Amino acid sequence: MIRKTRPHITQNEPLLFEISSPGKKGYQLPELDVPAVNASDALGAANVRDGIEGFPEVSEVEAIRHFTRLSTWNYAIDLGLYPLGSCTMKYNPRVNELVARLDGLAWAHPYQPEELSQGAMEIMARLESALEEITGMDAVTLQPAAGAHGELTGILLIRAALEAGGNPRKKILVPDSAHGTNPATVTMAGYVVENIQSNDRGMVDLETLERVVDADVAALMLTNPNTLGVFEAHIVEAADILHAKGALLYMDGANMNALMGIARPGDFGVDVMHLNLHKTFSTPHGGGGPGAGPVAVKKHLEPFLPTPRLKRAANRWAFDYDRPRSLGRVRAFHGNFGVLVRALAYILACGGEGLKAVTMDAVLNATYLRKLLEPYFDLPKSAPSMHEVVFGDDRQAKLGARNVDIAKRLIDYGFHPYTVSFPMIVHGAMMIEPTETESKRELDLFADAMISIAREIETDPKQVASAPHLTRTSRVDEVTAARKPVVRWRPGATPAD
Amino acid sequence: MYPDNFRYTKEHEWVMVDGDTGTIGITDHAQSELGDIVYIDMPKAGTIVEKGKTLGSVESVKAVSDVYAPVSGEVIEVNQKLAGGPELLNQDPHGAAWLVKIRLSTPDEVGQLLTAGEYQEYLGAQD
Repeated sequence: MIRKTRPHITQNEPLLFEISSPGKKGYQLPELDVPAVNASDALGAANVRDGIEGFPEVSEVEAIRHFTRLSTWNYAIDLGLYPLGSCTMKYNPRVNELVARLDGLAWAHPYQPEELSQGAMEIMARLESALEEITGMDAVTLQPAAGAHGELTGILLIRAALEAGGNPRKKILVPDSAHGTNPATVTMAGYVVENIQSNDRGMVDLETLERVVDADVAALMLTNPNTLGVFEAHIVEAADILHAKGALLYMDGANMNALMGIARPGDFGVDVMHLNLHKTFSTPHGGGGPGAGPVAVKKHLEPFLPTPRLKRAANRWAFDYDRPRSLGRVRAFHGNFGVLVRALAYILACGGEGLKAVTMDAVLNATYLRKLLEPYFDLPKSAPSMHEVVFGDDRQAKLGARNVDIAKRLIDYGFHPYTVSFPMIVHGAMMIEPTETESKRELDLFADAMISIAREIETDPKQVASAPHLTRTSRVDEVTAARKPVVRWRPGATPAD
Repeated sequence: MYPDNFRYTKEHEWVMVDGDTGTIGITDHAQSELGDIVYIDMPKAGTIVEKGKTLGSVESVKAVSDVYAPVSGEVIEVNQKLAGGPELLNQDPHGAAWLVKIRLSTPDEVGQLLTAGEYQEYLGAQD
């Protein structure tokens, strides 16, 4: 009999803590070639310890195999369509990686003297100028580490500019179709959130806006296209209403994949916006980063941008710290530099025409899926879709399977689920963003899966409501996980069954 | 289902007035839409709240939702039972799972809220 300890595709994987064996190690230090120092004498006995209790001890090959096996459990953009709405999970071209791994960039240190960092600084300068061209804005800071950080930086810029004018004001308007991070940003920046409702086309209502903008309103935070995938067609008028009363327009640029190369926020009255390089500009994301959330501003906000700023003098780049009105730093060093390199590689590889084609294909792909799925799922908002489409689950819910069940069943069909129950203004939302990188064949496979699930719900809703069936673990208990979270391993704890 | 002695908002809160005290909660419809509730964030006693402004938030597996104050006043008591057992809000939204008690500053506001009949009519029109 063959005693197989582990199938090729492993079903179970212990924690490193559970395979730990005292004395094993995965490193080997070279012989000490300087005089030994007694740590207790040098640091004080209170600061020295001999070991870390419970710390796993495994060999190098055990650690490598553990993480490699876990990595085979992932679903990734390199395996198939990743239609997570609002996240722009596009393919990350390998040329980005090649460029980011060039020795001179990968090993650059932020404390290197400026004269040895001219190449890295040139990359930052070129990226700033490319992003200015794409957005139609006047100046860009690359410091913010990701989208929400960009939002916070942007709103702090608005606060700084208004404060310089004598009154920071109190409120920021956030439409109900905005990204969920927007209200959090407003609160972090010391403002009060005032929600405004979308109209039945899924857009900001100008009459409502006219009514609520007063001398206390610092800005409107608008996502365009919004989270319904709908273009805010009256954004120019909205900007005029705000500006007439001394308020500013912030644009959440998370959905730039629907505008890039076609429309420029700078042309429709936006004062400040952020970009998500990890979405629109194809740098890897998901799993916690790193991202990059550059902020672009019009001239009147430029003096407040974080320090240092790049400055060209005597035919070389320098960092300018002498900016008295600046917010100061918002992040150590110069942002997530490796992400910035990848984004510039992508922009240059695509070129202007290429970026335009990206946007056209992103909208085409979302519209194609919308047409294929429209006969089977409710489409609560009628305005044309841009880069994503939001269905509601009312038709399926009546038969006994909700949006979350359809999402779990999609996993059985080999796809990553769409975004579930967001935006909240659509009942039972299923938010699908295919991005431009998917072929017609992949889109057809996805649509076939969705249609097949819709048919299953008509004949056997239980099959869908209890999905997934073909995964290592079936439906996990999200409620208990949220109510009684176990967030760390403890010595002596037994693994859950 | 919806008690006649409560008044309701279109944002799915209820308030029951007894003298100058208003007990506030979210409706059965709200808990059912949110699904399994995992966390409830309410202000401390002593907080002044204003009608229509955010009172706190309720988090379910699906989403975090703001709860708006149906009336203005000062928070005088917070339901401690919910801290350890947010599921109570799914089980008894109109009873044991009230959220806060408020001393009303503007009792006239109550008259502007929906009656049980009007609220149910509003729910019907939403479907």
